[in-house]
Amino acid sequence: MEDAGVRGQHPGMARTVGRVLQSSLGLKFVMALSGAGLVGFVVGHLVGNLLVFKGSNGDAINAYAQGLKDLGAGLWVMRGGVLACAVAHVAAAGLLTRRSRAARPQGYAIDKAIAATYAARTMRVSGVLVLLYVIYHLVHFTFGGADPAAFHQMLPDGRHDVYNMVVVGFQHPLVAGVYLVAQVLLGVHLSHGIQSAFQSLGLVTEPYRRLTQWGGRALAAVLVVGFVAIPLAVQLGVLLPIQR
Amino acid sequence: MNLTLKVWRQKNAHATGALQSIAAPDVSPDMSFLEMLDVVNERLIGQGEEPIAFDHDCREGICGACSLVIDGVPHGPERGTTTCQLHMRHYQDGAVVTVEPFRAAAFPVLRDLVVDRGAFDRIQAAGGFVSVRTGGAPDANALPIAKSAADLAMDAASCIGCGACVAACKNAAAMLFVGAKVSQFAHLPQGQPERDRRVLQMVAQMDREGFGACTNLYECEAVCPKEIAVRVIAELNRDYRGALLRNED
Repeated sequence: MEDAGVRGQHPGMARTVGRVLQSSLGLKFVMALSGAGLVGFVVGHLVGNLLVFKGSNGDAINAYAQGLKDLGAGLWVMRGGVLACAVAHVAAAGLLTRRSRAARPQGYAIDKAIAATYAARTMRVSGVLVLLYVIYHLVHFTFGGADPAAFHQMLPDGRHDVYNMVVVGFQHPLVAGVYLVAQVLLGVHLSHGIQSAFQSLGLVTEPYRRLTQWGGRALAAVLVVGFVAIPLAVQLGVLLPIQR
Repeated sequence: MNLTLKVWRQKNAHATGALQSIAAPDVSPDMSFLEMLDVVNERLIGQGEEPIAFDHDCREGICGACSLVIDGVPHGPERGTTTCQLHMRHYQDGAVVTVEPFRAAAFPVLRDLVVDRGAFDRIQAAGGFVSVRTGGAPDANALPIAKSAADLAMDAASCIGCGACVAACKNAAAMLFVGAKVSQFAHLPQGQPERDRRVLQMVAQMDREGFGACTNLYECEAVCPKEIAVRVIAELNRDYRGALLRNED
């Protein structure tokens, strides 16, 4: 970069960024790193959500929700980080998909997969469906647009009653069903995605690649079981609304 | 035995092709797949028809010239085998066998089953080599190389550049090929001076040729006639990441 000195940058910084954004490998790094950020968020989200089972009057999850709100600017930094990861993940996926479609303009009369798993072959479909679910989920429990009656559950002191919001929300069998299906889709996506991130970043070779494969699937399974437990517990009557 | 072939026929690079049914009578189970095509072609020529165009050279599984997607799998159903080493004893009498060319924008069909794999040559020319001064040969063993490193390099170097990895990939990605060509030098001292440059330039050329992006499906590994492992893709990713961070020319 001849003009790098003028702009006061490290020579070639722009070149590195250009290589990341223009090369197929660089975009895969973006996919892997943003995916890792999103997995980190999902793990934290699950730990918080499971507080719904703690205590008898929903105090634990309501205190956790209040704690998050009390972070103030810190909460917005975290939300910004998750949003940035999501945008980067979807944008890189879009660019890579376009390239890959263009790379095979004419398909085969007989197309046989002999090694690829079902999850690996359906990443684009599961990814889009999970994105649609996330939008619904945000409208449902963050913006309060999908089910205002459930969303506007309040505690006597005027704070948001997250416990009752979740339990009342999941009492609709259809809503609970949507969440169940979405968690399984997320699990399918991650069962390939986690090990794929390790491979794309070149972090492991044999024999540890197998470990990331099974470890990724195990983490995906734990996440599915954890998330599914909540709507299931509501539907089975384990978690009941609390009269305030 | 008697087979029915469904073969992709295409007059030239610009024509639109289609699958054509061609009878293959009196096939011996001892024939290779290519020998079977030879016999079919002799019949076609005898009938005054155009023979099926296909690539072949050494016919002993080491040159990388033969190709073909047979019933949806590059180089056919046998693992670790090139089309020329696939024998007709694996087929049943009366079988219908579909034969298509390798499909990728970077491998345009020239005629029937022949595709232009020049993209691989251009990727190699971009960096898949070690620059050495010619002169006296260095003493044997002057440069110690660990057995484990030599094994990894040799396994990668067994790539014959046939392009089956691209043909099998849902994304028509060339990662297994480029990974093998990068890995074969990355484990050896001779490969170190140009290591960053090599990976940056080969990947840039790979992208320019219009190959797709890897989604880690590992179909390539399953069809590779030399059974190159996808660890070379991890190594390619690792070397590219390192080269980006070191940011040298």
